[in-house]
Amino acid sequence: MARADTYAQERGHLAGLTDEQLEAHFWELTQEIVDPLVELARTHTSPSIERSVLMRMGVDSRACVAIVTECEERGLLGHGAGNVVLHCATLWDVDVRAAAAKLAGGAGWDAVEQRWGVSDG
Amino acid sequence: MADLQDMPPLEPNEKLDIPKLLEGIDQYRPRRKGWTWRKLVPHQHVGPFEYRETSAPLERSVPLPAAHYFGDIDPQPDCVITTEIASGRFEDDIRRMRMAAWHGADHMMVIRTAGQSHMDGLLEGTPEGVGGIAITRKQVRATRKALDLIEDEVGRPINFHSYVSGVAGPEMAVMFAEEGVNGAHQDPQYNVLYRNINMYRSFVDAAVAKKVMASVRMAQIDGAHNANATAREAWKVMPELLVQHAINCAYSVSVGMPAEDICLSTVPPDAPPAPCMRMDLPYAVALRDLFKDYKMRAQQNTRYMESCGREATVSHVMNLMISRLTSADIQSTITPDEGRNVPWHYNNVHAVNTARQSLVGMDGLREIVKLDYDNPEFTGKVREFKERAVLFLEAMIKDGGYFAAVEKGYFVDSGQYPETNDDGIVRLADGGVAAGSIVARAADYLAPVCHHFGANHLPDGLAKPCAAIGGCTLCEPALVPFTDELDPEDNVNARLAQTAELRAKGLIKPEVEWAGDGLVVVTMFLPAPERVAEFAALELGKAMNLRDAEVIHKQVMHPAEGTLIEMKGRLDVSVDPATLVIPPKPQMLTAEEIRAFVAERGLKVVGATVGQDEHSVGMREIIDIKHGGLEGFGITCEYLGTSVPVAKVLDAAIEHAAQAVLISTIISHGDVHRQNMEKLADLAAEKGVRDQLLLIAGGTQVTDELARSWGMDAGFGRGAKGIHVASFIVKTMRERGM
Repeated sequence: MARADTYAQERGHLAGLTDEQLEAHFWELTQEIVDPLVELARTHTSPSIERSVLMRMGVDSRACVAIVTECEERGLLGHGAGNVVLHCATLWDVDVRAAAAKLAGGAGWDAVEQRWGVSDG
Repeated sequence: MADLQDMPPLEPNEKLDIPKLLEGIDQYRPRRKGWTWRKLVPHQHVGPFEYRETSAPLERSVPLPAAHYFGDIDPQPDCVITTEIASGRFEDDIRRMRMAAWHGADHMMVIRTAGQSHMDGLLEGTPEGVGGIAITRKQVRATRKALDLIEDEVGRPINFHSYVSGVAGPEMAVMFAEEGVNGAHQDPQYNVLYRNINMYRSFVDAAVAKKVMASVRMAQIDGAHNANATAREAWKVMPELLVQHAINCAYSVSVGMPAEDICLSTVPPDAPPAPCMRMDLPYAVALRDLFKDYKMRAQQNTRYMESCGREATVSHVMNLMISRLTSADIQSTITPDEGRNVPWHYNNVHAVNTARQSLVGMDGLREIVKLDYDNPEFTGKVREFKERAVLFLEAMIKDGGYFAAVEKGYFVDSGQYPETNDDGIVRLADGGVAAGSIVARAADYLAPVCHHFGANHLPDGLAKPCAAIGGCTLCEPALVPFTDELDPEDNVNARLAQTAELRAKGLIKPEVEWAGDGLVVVTMFLPAPERVAEFAALELGKAMNLRDAEVIHKQVMHPAEGTLIEMKGRLDVSVDPATLVIPPKPQMLTAEEIRAFVAERGLKVVGATVGQDEHSVGMREIIDIKHGGLEGFGITCEYLGTSVPVAKVLDAAIEHAAQAVLISTIISHGDVHRQNMEKLADLAAEKGVRDQLLLIAGGTQVTDELARSWGMDAGFGRGAKGIHVASFIVKTMRERGM
């Protein structure tokens, strides 16, 4: 909704603040806005985040896409794609890169199913 | 792992060898990570001057054009200088970076190809981009390797920068951290507002991306300046800009980024004909008051940039003055041609030089020119911006927080808050690209890697998160995988093959963007109205054999009298330097040889600016001892002044028994310079003194060839110095036995 410039009417409660108080108020309000955003990020993940985890595990970008896409389809993203790969690597007694390569090739997902069940999504 | 040992250092007289650069690229590792600021040198003495705001000098550079008057000094300003590069081919980007580095740029900001921000995942190889480069690991690694060589060549660390935005932000951040990229744009608000990427996804991704960036101390630049470039009336978005900066700063610090690595991308919002400095300075001060803990990346205003390079440059200088009157840690530059082209090589250099020239020219200005904090209009505006921003934040909270505010169109509204015009950008929480793609982390969520943000249920007792997998790429660089070309046609090798002949034979073809692109610009004044002039220019382009001719700038000089036109076109011609006949540079005598000759023989010259010409500067430069002129070699000089008749100069030369006559003739219209020279030669012959006198003419329109053809013994044009004239006189007197 369009609104005329009501600055003069609305600033009354700020007029008595010193510059320091005004600046402190500015940052308190900002933090109040940002806190729920940080909490959302702390408790959620995304396909790109999970691919970035696999990248840090030394997995190449195409394999990252293949594994994360499969995890999404199977509703496993919330457990972490790195978790999936690490579980398989431990189970198969290979390093995480080898486990990732196998999963990216479409093999070994039965082990994942055994651990986390079949997707309901 | 390879380092630069496999690659010889760059030689200033040799071009970058791209195929050699790409050898072993799969093994190349960056030599350092994180951002580097310039080393400040307080009260630095450079040449005859003392500076207050400069940094350590470069080992190699091209100084400013006027530097040759000051002993070729090249003082480097205190702040990092950015150049933005967008050729779309990394092999050409890096050649341009080398040119920019030689002119003082130490922040290479590489623009991404159109559309990459919507690609959910990383690209690989070296595909060509549009309006920027496809950012890939190979492109980044090759560029970083080239910059490692270039920084060794110029003697100062160079920061490499691109974008951690779009739907693949966390992946981009990891790849950049692995490859030694030193800075990046990261601001989830940019995704939301300008790329219409889902807002939940943008903020969730941003937390991980920022945490990874922080792990290698990458500098972060936010995206608030885009509100300036987007809003209908940019001067009204200032309260909102404060809010956007604050949200990204507070969010970044909350997820673990040090405040000192966070740079605000700030633009003076206005441009002439608005009284922009008076409007923008209070905003700049309010911003620096509120964001004391953060760095300022002073961006150039592009909102009002049109096709006139001169106008863009003047606005840039006014922006730079605001930087100098307040502060800047990074001074950005936008090329003066950005309003009409994807920027060209030499315009990157021009923009960097605008910054270098202005910053050095205004060195220490703040010590004597101070903002007037007793002026109530000024301080009142500073306070008003802060209060309006606070009102904006209070209303956001009242309306339900950030996401709700975006849904209500709070941002990029053309009203100055609390005024609104109901024309802000509206995005819906469940809308946009990648909507619905975030997932709650389960109770067993695990990411066995370092520098991960958020809930992470790692096994107990690990020394660090990646101990669970025997190391991650941020701790063990050897684990970083490399993917080479995936497209057999769209890659650097295929492109290099197209220009192989140029390189193999050393052919010279004009270029502005890519090797061998053939683009040239023709500037012309056409005595016709604007639209007629434009079409006439295209016709002239055909006569010049220009392909794809296009008018890139037109400016009315007068509605009827004429129009300035700048036209680009392709010239499909190359020159083989082996076929050129280049006359050898004239050999100059040394100052000592000249002095010895003058001391032995004595030498007298008579000089004047002839005709109806009041210019005296050129002749004084040639004669005066303080400019390294003829007097400095012991030559006696009789300077007769300006607007002297030719006959009088000759009479004076005879009277003083001079060996040489110097005439300066700056004015050249109506061929008056030719007439003066011919008249001098004729009179000297008439009076029978031609063989006893050296007749020398100088002036901005004079060339040696022209002067000789008009009866002189020599001519000196732009750039001539006293030693050139003295050397000529002594050599010729020896040759002629005078």
